[in-house]
Amino acid sequence: MSCIEIRNLHANIEGREILKGLNLTLPKGEVHALMGPNGSGKSTLSKVMAGHPDYQVTAGEVLLDGENILEMEPDERARKGLFLAFQYPSEIPGVTIANFIRAALQARLSEGEELDAVEFYQNLYKKMDALEMDRAFTSRAVNDGFSGGEKKRNEILQMAMLEPSYAVLDETDSGLDIDALRIVADGVNRLRGPKLGSLVITHYQRLLNYIVPDHVHVMVQGRIVRSGGKELALELEAKGYEWVIKEAGLEVTPEPANG
Amino acid sequence: MSEVADKPDLNLDVDSGNFSYPEDYAYDAGRGLTADTINYICDVKNDPQWIREFRLRALEIFQKKPNPTHWASKDLENIDFDKIRYYLAKGQQAKRSWEEVPDDVKKTFERLGIPEKERKFLAGVEAQFDSEAAYSNIKKAFADEGVIFVGSTEGLHKYPEIFRPWFGKVIPIGDNKYSALNSAVFSGGSFIYVPKGVKLKHPLQAYFRINAEQFGQFERTLIIADEGAEMTYMEGCTAPKFETATLHSAVVELVALKGAKIQYITVQNWSANVFNLVTKRGLAMEDAEIKWIDCNIGSRLTMKYPGVILKGRRARGEVVSIALANNGQHQDTGAKMIHAADETTSNIIAKSISIGHGRSSYRGLVHIPKHLKGCKNNTECDALLINPESRTDTYPAISVRGDGNSVQHEASVSKVSAEQIFYMQQRGLTEAQAMSLSVNGFVNDLVNQFPIEYSVELKRLIDLEMEGSVG
Repeated sequence: MSCIEIRNLHANIEGREILKGLNLTLPKGEVHALMGPNGSGKSTLSKVMAGHPDYQVTAGEVLLDGENILEMEPDERARKGLFLAFQYPSEIPGVTIANFIRAALQARLSEGEELDAVEFYQNLYKKMDALEMDRAFTSRAVNDGFSGGEKKRNEILQMAMLEPSYAVLDETDSGLDIDALRIVADGVNRLRGPKLGSLVITHYQRLLNYIVPDHVHVMVQGRIVRSGGKELALELEAKGYEWVIKEAGLEVTPEPANG
Repeated sequence: MSEVADKPDLNLDVDSGNFSYPEDYAYDAGRGLTADTINYICDVKNDPQWIREFRLRALEIFQKKPNPTHWASKDLENIDFDKIRYYLAKGQQAKRSWEEVPDDVKKTFERLGIPEKERKFLAGVEAQFDSEAAYSNIKKAFADEGVIFVGSTEGLHKYPEIFRPWFGKVIPIGDNKYSALNSAVFSGGSFIYVPKGVKLKHPLQAYFRINAEQFGQFERTLIIADEGAEMTYMEGCTAPKFETATLHSAVVELVALKGAKIQYITVQNWSANVFNLVTKRGLAMEDAEIKWIDCNIGSRLTMKYPGVILKGRRARGEVVSIALANNGQHQDTGAKMIHAADETTSNIIAKSISIGHGRSSYRGLVHIPKHLKGCKNNTECDALLINPESRTDTYPAISVRGDGNSVQHEASVSKVSAEQIFYMQQRGLTEAQAMSLSVNGFVNDLVNQFPIEYSVELKRLIDLEMEGSVG
């Protein structure tokens, strides 16, 4: 089956264990939500999957269509079809969005193969129209001086252009007002389909009003403690996280400031 | 073994410049520099007496002046003037038609990417092969307008009435040790005169190249734009790799008379053993404008501070500079703006990139004396450090007196962040591609000021330089 399968994943940052034996399966064609209190390790999971150099994996596997990607460089994982929509996308001064996406697509071609510029722009403009983006947007430098909403839309545009098999959207809703949230959610919904598996990481249920997940996973202290249908998100919204934590036999700790 | 020889081999000149052809020089002044060398050069070149005297006077000044190591790199002490060959030539006149150019020279030019078809786009070509211009071609239209575009030797022989009044006036022999050296042994380079009111639409272009080990190249360029004339000159350099140091010391003088505009564009990509010690200065008269666009890649040590003397009211000067220093390289570059009239303005934008153990230094001199009014200078210098061991220094010298003048100076140092690289890698770019893109972004606004064929080449050169910087 085409899926991302995470088996018993353990990972550290600066010697501190954040992921403590995490298991999760994300089939292609489905949208899964990953929820959990701040500090439960949701963002860490996304970074470990993408291969951020600050994290050390101490045990476990991440299989992308059956192939373990943990030994691969971040760019190789990306070219295998993994996309991470960043919570805090980096600025790249002087590099336009169009050139950046073009370079990313070019990197997927074999040596000597040249991306067709005309086709590229046609495709870019088609995707932008679908996402209701102004064409002038792509001549701006990547994330340079962007508002929170513009950064997130840029992530969605890149995702639309790179056509990944699996996408992890890390707190895509953070820092967005309700209009921007709707636009981003709308973009994600448009990309939904049998060729894409999405893991939507969010702290709040409100994003899931717009992106209705097939499954919801609750992450607490570095592990998935409960999985269920979309109604689980509503239950969490109504009752908070405490009951899940208790049912999992874990201690309720005060939430740290950062997730 | 010298310090530099110990450093790892560089990915420099991978596609361009890493090749050379058997040396076959009709004239060779031998190694070392004495009055005999000068006389030999004068005899071979059939120099007029005033040039012989000029050269001999310059030799004296060169020998008296110490290396400026009290402020500049001590590496200058490693130049062994006795081992350098100061003059080599095919002993041939500059060629006018492509067919007359010798085959091995053609091969070199082709390798450098100057195919015949490019001539269509170039208004005139003056390509220097070692000491003498091996090929030059001016479109008939220009010649009809009275534009002179010849080698410096031909210029001083044929047009002394224009050449002599300005030669050595913008940059006097004794300006510095290396301008004196150039004045003593110069050969090659261009002489250009654009008559009153003639505005050249297409740039004049020259390619330079060194093709003999331990051979110093001392080209001398003088450009005069008469009143209201406008012109752009482009100069690009590549050099093959050598085992031992090679000295390159050019002098370029620009004269923009009333209301004239000169833009001088340089892209240099020297191999990592070249000492590139260049003096470039322009004189801008009333309402005239001189702009230096300068890109320095490669070399062991580059010292170059293009300058403008703003001599006439409302004259404008600008320096746009990109420097890239890789392992074993020191780019010591900057700009000089000498305000000498009211309401003169100058603008300096300098960006440097240091890779690996590379070092870049910015030296800027802005001088506005007390009696002047309404002068403005704007200086921005930004440095980008790629690796933890990369280095950059800034030495601005600004002397502004009087009340009616304004100066603005901004400087920044930044690093390519690990987060930025990770972000780009997550989109599928390799670490090296990510670095390249980031560096290209840093200089993008300046690169866009270069003509399109240069900006493309520049981006490619930056990509090549970045290849060895990661992992």
